Amino acid sequence: MSVSDLANTDKQPLVVVDEEKHIFKVNRKVFTDEVIFQKEREKIFDTCWFYLGHVSEVEKNGDFVSRKVAGRPLIFNRDSEGNLKVLFNTCPHRGSIVCREHKGNSKTFQCFYHAWTFNNEGKLVGMPGRDAYPSDFNCDNSMNLREVPRFKVYRGFAFVNFDKDAISLEDYLGNAKEYLDLVADQSKLGLEVFGGGSQEYSMRCNWKLLSENAVDNYHTQPTHKTYFDYLNNIDIKVSAEPMAGVGRDLGNGHGVMEYVSPWGRPVAKWIPSFGEQGKKEMDEVMAELVSRVGEERATRIARKNRNVIIFPNLIISDIMSLTVRTFYPVSTDYMEISIWPLAPKEENLEMRARRLNNLLEFVGPGGFGTPDDIEALELCQEGFKNGNDILWNDISKGMKKDQPEFDDELQMRAFWKKYNEIMSE
Amino acid sequence: MSSTTNTIELIDREAIENFLYYELELLDEWKLMEWASLFAEDGLYLVPTMNNTSTDYKSSLYIIADDFGRIKERAIRLLKKETHIEYPHSKTRHLVTNVRIFEVKDEVAHVNCNFVVYRSKREVMDPYVGQYQYKFRLQDGNLKIVEKRVLLSMDSLRPQGKVSIVL
Repeated sequence: MSVSDLANTDKQPLVVVDEEKHIFKVNRKVFTDEVIFQKEREKIFDTCWFYLGHVSEVEKNGDFVSRKVAGRPLIFNRDSEGNLKVLFNTCPHRGSIVCREHKGNSKTFQCFYHAWTFNNEGKLVGMPGRDAYPSDFNCDNSMNLREVPRFKVYRGFAFVNFDKDAISLEDYLGNAKEYLDLVADQSKLGLEVFGGGSQEYSMRCNWKLLSENAVDNYHTQPTHKTYFDYLNNIDIKVSAEPMAGVGRDLGNGHGVMEYVSPWGRPVAKWIPSFGEQGKKEMDEVMAELVSRVGEERATRIARKNRNVIIFPNLIISDIMSLTVRTFYPVSTDYMEISIWPLAPKEENLEMRARRLNNLLEFVGPGGFGTPDDIEALELCQEGFKNGNDILWNDISKGMKKDQPEFDDELQMRAFWKKYNEIMSE
Repeated sequence: MSSTTNTIELIDREAIENFLYYELELLDEWKLMEWASLFAEDGLYLVPTMNNTSTDYKSSLYIIADDFGRIKERAIRLLKKETHIEYPHSKTRHLVTNVRIFEVKDEVAHVNCNFVVYRSKREVMDPYVGQYQYKFRLQDGNLKIVEKRVLLSMDSLRPQGKVSIVL
């Protein structure tokens, strides 16, 4: 299809690609159209692998967290035998949620509506009025809490899939595994979600704008100018180590930007505000890292930043701190977002404090960065109201290069190609 | 704002309320550098996440945990045209009530009060509801904020999405 055909508003494709002419267009209807939105539920949110949580969140037998994944309320727990489970958080009797806490430790879950009780493997172990039911009631286990169709952990990152016929998690992650490895390798003892809570916020825009934004470094200077001003103000000389790096299409819709930057990194790039004691500690962290993974890999892990999008909605930001983020649409123009911080289990309290301080200076709903992203994405959504008159977003930056850079749009094109493939099936 | 006494024990609720009304007026008028100057040099401005019971911002995740340096940087940033989320400035109104001095200890007055903050921008109005927990110290006859802890009585930042203004 040529650009002139794009004016024909009948039967428009969702994505138009011409590699030879360096054309890459995304139909703005994907952000506004109700029919497309309903189709996404079935084609994407019923079939992809989704990040559920990190195994460190359910470390002890009986630990549980409850959370929504692709709109579904789930319980992620470790049963009394030590096995990880993911249960649909709904009573098989009449439907009510059986776990109302965000997290905790329990041998049982009880639905308060009719007081059916389930052990932490999901088995129905108690119900009032048992004698009113046949003696073989629940012999087929149909009245137990149901497990999700697919559940798999990769290096501590737990994923679920609601399609029992889905490809394996390893095949799904594909080349993105390399980047989960680079994150997981930051710790000798393993990473943990820490800090007692998550940042739970929202944006009044389509969810895919955040998938794009997560791996967009073209916007960084204009949108986040005040963050770089701030760095200069606190004696991190932005010009001394300008941002530079590459963008990659990892296949299967996944993408990454990998680059150097002026800011400090807990593992392990020292900046003056970490102090002399911090320098000593970070030298030790680096020495351990080198001994474990070798000089070259250690330097890559420590010096470079990575923003990864794992299709469709897992963002790993290995930047001035390490966070995992997921988000789900409520409607075409509203999404809910969660951010969890991760750190090596062995990290001391002083380093944790520096890590949190680094995180809050940019990331999240009160940071010096994220709110400006929110404004940008919400203004895009506003602009899309122009509808059919202006129908195409341009995502072609860097197409003419052999190796697009970190501030080109290759990694976004990776997302859109997979999106188009799935939605056109 | 100057006080009529040099002893924190003698500070009464009226003096505290006068201070709070002044502080919140500065915020509604976007006089943020003046607002930042109300803090002591060891002052903290804290907004914990809503699903976190820890009081320690050094080990648990907050939405905002600013020391005095970053309080000033926050003010500087919010006054810039390139701070897109707050340009043009949103309209805000800070309301405060149920003010109570519940403890004066070690030269520090602990004050709790309830608040509602309304923020309007692009014809969307968002309320923020919660409790302020202040710690005040007297310095050269002036009340200074040693800590302003903003406990949001909400389950999440939805649909507000952000804390881009000063609460």
